[in-house]
Amino acid sequence: MEKDQNNILEEVTNSDYKYGFYTDIEMDMALVGLSEDTVRFISAKKNEPGWMLEFRLSAYRHWLTLTEPSWAHLHHPPIRYQDIIYYAAPKRKKELSSLDEVDPELIETFNKLGISLEEQKKLSGVAVDAVIDSVSVKTTFTDVLSKYGVIFCSFSDAVQNHPELVKQYMGSVVPSNDNFFAALNSAVFSDGSFCYIPKGVRCPVELSTYFRINAANTGQFERTLIVADEGAYVSYMEGCTAPMRDENQLHAAIVEIVAMKDAEVKYSTVQNWYPGNKKGEGGIYNFVTKRGICKGSHSKISWTQVETGSAITWKYPSVVLMGDNSVGEFYSVAVTNNFQQADTGSKMIHLGKNTKSTIISKGISAGQSNNSYRGLVKVIKRAENARNFSQCDSLLLGDKCGAHTYPYIKAENHTSIIEHEATTSKISDDQLFYCKQRGISSESAIGLIVNGYAKEVLMHLPMEFAVEAQKLLAISLEGSVG
Amino acid sequence: MLSIRNLKVSIKGKEILKGINLEVNAGEVHAIMGPNGTGKSTLAYVIAGREGYEVTEGEIIFKGRNILQLSAEERACEGLFLGFQYPVEIPGVSITNFLRTAINEQRKYHGLDPVPATEFLARMEEKKKMLELQEKLASRSVNEGFSGGEKKKNEIFQMAMLEPSLAILDETDSGLDIDALRIVATGVNKLRRPDNATIVITHYQRLLEYIVPDVVHVLFDGRIVKSGGKELALQLEEKGYEWIRNES
Repeated sequence: MEKDQNNILEEVTNSDYKYGFYTDIEMDMALVGLSEDTVRFISAKKNEPGWMLEFRLSAYRHWLTLTEPSWAHLHHPPIRYQDIIYYAAPKRKKELSSLDEVDPELIETFNKLGISLEEQKKLSGVAVDAVIDSVSVKTTFTDVLSKYGVIFCSFSDAVQNHPELVKQYMGSVVPSNDNFFAALNSAVFSDGSFCYIPKGVRCPVELSTYFRINAANTGQFERTLIVADEGAYVSYMEGCTAPMRDENQLHAAIVEIVAMKDAEVKYSTVQNWYPGNKKGEGGIYNFVTKRGICKGSHSKISWTQVETGSAITWKYPSVVLMGDNSVGEFYSVAVTNNFQQADTGSKMIHLGKNTKSTIISKGISAGQSNNSYRGLVKVIKRAENARNFSQCDSLLLGDKCGAHTYPYIKAENHTSIIEHEATTSKISDDQLFYCKQRGISSESAIGLIVNGYAKEVLMHLPMEFAVEAQKLLAISLEGSVG
Repeated sequence: MLSIRNLKVSIKGKEILKGINLEVNAGEVHAIMGPNGTGKSTLAYVIAGREGYEVTEGEIIFKGRNILQLSAEERACEGLFLGFQYPVEIPGVSITNFLRTAINEQRKYHGLDPVPATEFLARMEEKKKMLELQEKLASRSVNEGFSGGEKKKNEIFQMAMLEPSLAILDETDSGLDIDALRIVATGVNKLRRPDNATIVITHYQRLLEYIVPDVVHVLFDGRIVKSGGKELALQLEEKGYEWIRNES
């Protein structure tokens, strides 16, 4: 079995060749494996300044001293880091001439999600006319933002055009030596998004990576940095409800958020990467480090995530509550089906006085999957009157899946109040029959019940995201109750 | 409307219903009475198509069609409604959302487009008024934190919204105070039409003071042992189930 999985891993990590990925002459130079040369190559390709290369190299050198963490409740064959191609920027998937060439199962999912034909083509790599609506949308969008002084661009562009900001904040929340995957990302990150909201500006639109079409294929090592200066506000959306096929199996992203005094950042994500097939073969390994720091007093960072994809999810969006009276929130729905594994949760680190955090985690397990909540609430000695409320609920569908909870609490100040609630439940036959008796099919009934269960989290998503996420939850669990 | 012929049903090899015969015509209200454990709820579940029951003999003809091969949701779409004795909670799902899903799934079954939101909301208002329900019921989650009376009223409200051809009300009166009982009964009476029918399953005669049945059946040990007019209910109340036991 393990040998099979190794083969699969090999196949997936190398399959770019098969799809004509390296037809480009330039691409023939792409390096397999990781070394200082790879890091230098990437940096040179991106025409980066010296300080950026130094950042990458020191991360790489540190990475060499680390070993892959094994504490998570996850099982996978060893990842062969030397078999991965680390530079794949001008990524070109094989273009298909029409939707007829696309996997019909994928098309069916698109239709269920209500994705327009034009978008379906884009997502599945079918050639589209150069002039499409989104181009004009993008232009209007950029105009609006520049009027407010909001910077929203690719990470590479930020390195070139706003080096002082990048230098100041990059690595300030997730240092390059933070953990194994963060060090790897810092050494070889491909691209990502950069966002800066100036003092006192309330960003008038929700920022979505969707509008940055050029950054849609940022590849496996994505890096995002969001800075909200004093009194600023931004709602940022990442990801896409449409199923993302990607030939890269290993993904290790970093997201850093900085909120200055009185600033607020709301970060929402829907992650639906390829979870592998029904037998548990293939699928994305997603090892992400997401962290925000409430640097100034009365600042607030809120994470909302809906996780339905990936074969493996390792992700703990966290908030460091440094400023007094700052607030951290984490709302999560994680769905695992078939053989998916998720080890996810949040860390709330209370450093300032009167800091407050909330964790609402809803795990849904089906098939033979495993879903773990892992969280840490830490209150240091000087953090007077810190408050935390955590609620971790698990919903089980069927009797072959697993739900696990690992809550860690470290309180060093006796004035802190920390509450933890946890429940485990099942969709009962009574609930299903009740729905069916009203004319609702089993599949719709499960969708309805699961969305009801996840409502507390979904209501924190921006409206248009929430509607899509609801459909996605139902689709992810199709066929899970027979 | 409904005709049940020689229906025999077992649960895990144990025979519960031992040959039920029942004819319900459009426009009629039937009451099925009987002591606990005689198979009243089993009969309701089998008609509604709940899994876990083994039909060993007989047939259930609903609107001219044997429905035994249909799934529970198909039967519901055909116009069958079951008012539950113990309505289950569905946390986080508003009654509005639940009913709209139900109505649209039923419409889909009949090849119709989803009901427009405004039309749906207007219908909710109309039915709420008709049943004298308070406003807030609709935005609450299905049965979550409801009192016994609220749950039963909610069942009647759903029945009003779904407009079934045949409604089976399983012990809808149990756990109700007089006021709630009156609301439930008024609802049933108001919804009564020449083209629909109702089967009221009850333990006590009390409900039948409010919902006057055309026919009363006494279910005992898996068989309908006696049928008659509304006066049968009174006789039962007077003489108790012992009387049936001795007669059968």
